[in-house]
Amino acid sequence: MFDLQWLLIAVPLASGLGLLAWGKESDRFGHLVATLASTFSFVFGVVLFAKLMGADEADRSHTSTLYTWIDAGRFHVDLSFTFDQLSGLFVLLITGVGTLIHIYSIGYMAHDERRRRFFSFLNIFIASMLTLVLAADYLVLFLGWEGVGLASYLLIGFWQHKDSAAAAAKKAFIVNRVGDVGMALAIMTMFAQFGTSSIAAVNGSITSASTSVATGLGLLLLLGACGKSAQVPLQSWLLDAMEGPTPVSALIHAATMVTAGVYLVVRSAGIYDASEVARNAVIVVGLVTLLAGAWIGCTKDDIKKSLAGSTMSQIGYMMLAAGLGPAGYAFAIFHLITHGFFKANLFLGAGSVMHGMNDDVNMRHYGALRTAMPITFATFGLGYLAIIGFPGTAGFFSKDKIIEAAFGQSFWVGLGTLIGAGVTAFYMTRMMTLTFFGQKRWLDDVHPHESPKVMTIPLIALGALSVLGGALIFGDWIPDWLGPVVGHAEHHELGIPVWAMTLIITATALVGVAVAVLLYRRDVAGETPDDSVVSVFTRAGRNELYGNQINDALVVRPTRYLTRFLVWLDVKGVDGLVTGTADRLGDTSQFLRKPQTGHVRSYAATLFGGALVVVLALLAVTLA
Amino acid sequence: MTEYLTLSLILFTIGAVGVLLRRNAIVVFMCIELMLNATNLAFVSFSRQHGNLDGQVAAFFVMVVAAAEVVVGLAIIVSIYRTRRSTSIDDASLLKS
Repeated sequence: MFDLQWLLIAVPLASGLGLLAWGKESDRFGHLVATLASTFSFVFGVVLFAKLMGADEADRSHTSTLYTWIDAGRFHVDLSFTFDQLSGLFVLLITGVGTLIHIYSIGYMAHDERRRRFFSFLNIFIASMLTLVLAADYLVLFLGWEGVGLASYLLIGFWQHKDSAAAAAKKAFIVNRVGDVGMALAIMTMFAQFGTSSIAAVNGSITSASTSVATGLGLLLLLGACGKSAQVPLQSWLLDAMEGPTPVSALIHAATMVTAGVYLVVRSAGIYDASEVARNAVIVVGLVTLLAGAWIGCTKDDIKKSLAGSTMSQIGYMMLAAGLGPAGYAFAIFHLITHGFFKANLFLGAGSVMHGMNDDVNMRHYGALRTAMPITFATFGLGYLAIIGFPGTAGFFSKDKIIEAAFGQSFWVGLGTLIGAGVTAFYMTRMMTLTFFGQKRWLDDVHPHESPKVMTIPLIALGALSVLGGALIFGDWIPDWLGPVVGHAEHHELGIPVWAMTLIITATALVGVAVAVLLYRRDVAGETPDDSVVSVFTRAGRNELYGNQINDALVVRPTRYLTRFLVWLDVKGVDGLVTGTADRLGDTSQFLRKPQTGHVRSYAATLFGGALVVVLALLAVTLA
Repeated sequence: MTEYLTLSLILFTIGAVGVLLRRNAIVVFMCIELMLNATNLAFVSFSRQHGNLDGQVAAFFVMVVAAAEVVVGLAIIVSIYRTRRSTSIDDASLLKS
């Protein structure tokens, strides 16, 4: 049964590529084929996962090798996949949320004439993401890694007729390349050090290598993870990626692909366990990103960009948890899953709102939508409660665990996550109030209406999961389940009881909610205030903390100068030498051409002149 | 002896000047013949002076070659005249575009 796990990948891939090749006649049913393919992967994933749950704990990791991919001397790579506790959870998340988003997209993209292509790209994404999580070898993982990068590029730039979308796609691709350099170097280092890039082998034998090897690998993998997961300093592409259709933002840039970095860190648990420096680097990256993302989320009026800032922030939480080592791995994955539910829900809800508001994304043009879109309001509300950590919802359990674990690591890290929780509550309440409560600030000829059933049903499903997802922690199920893969943690005793901790976290979130309600309950300006009148903090947040400017100054401009210099060198130096030689030869020819007048008599004169010279020379030689 | 060579030199000079200055192809052609015959005269004179036949043999060769050259050259001139209605050698400069 587990030998057939390649079908999980093959079916969506075949559907995706097939739909691209099939042509126009599949326009009518292409979206159904794609949705079926994704559903198949989900159902098959559920079957495999159920078998895994029924098996003994020792018998829960199944590796199957399809064939030898590369075999050259010492260099040996099998195309093999591992279905174990960790990748099983991911398969369920990817295919489950993925299928719901496929269904939602049927409605959302109904009027797009390139819908078939859109679904084909979604399928390719699902296949790549599954390759990424099922891979048993870092090189195979890299294959999926690049595959999701490609799918992300294609989907961000799906509305390529808009210049901004095309530019955003390019930006995402290029920023991801920076991270990929880290991945590629990490894999090469593995080959150099261990002679293999098998995930199990590398993580198993890392303890026999020196700490500096583990640190180096950890930092290189972190660079890759930063690129894919939009962590500081490679965060700048995520906000621009919102140019893509909203289901893409939900699937790729919130629920699944951007979590690949967290998966990578957790999957490489052996490497990070062996290096304290690498772990601390992960914590720092996570902490900085979670605060930066929350800051940006507070200031954006574009509902999708605000959610994107929130995504950055939440992935920062996961990264931070993953950096805590065995104490945090399971909670990172737990938060990743609950976040996958509620963030997909929030994004799809935002898409549903946009759908009813003529694709306007400015929250200042919303207001009082709760009566116009009751279902969207209810599901969005559930996602909202989950993300701010309202007691009983999924986010409450998963975020609390991370904050507790962070306090177990160090007081300051814990404080950072606690502040993040408060700010999260603030910006989400702001979004909620601006969108669904308060006055109507609708533009003319906008008639908000509820979305069709095909869009609201996935919303309801995800809304339910946003609440129920927290059940994974009951009876410590998820740490126990993941224990064999990522290791068990020794339990940190905090200075205060757990219930007090929970109370503090909830109180912090409530403060955030209260501040937002106080600020945004009153009349809100119908247009975004100009940058010159808002505070310096708001201005910084709107400019995404000047991330683009920093990249510009540190990377883009120096590169451009270098390019200009190289072009100059090429034109003046290399070309100068080559064309200069040719020019001189040309000049010589032009000079030699002159005597070739075509007149017989001038040739004759030359002939006689020449003969005369020869005769004179002979005479001179003879007489001398 | 000197008289013969002087005559040869004069003839050759007349021929050379004609080749360089005249435009009519027939006249240029005749001047070339004049130069050839001037050299023939020099050959024969030297042959007489040295008392062997080498110069005379060379003169015969020159005559043979000159006869062949006349055949080809006249044919070219006639065909140019037919197409261009002109025997001016300055007109026949078409290879230089």
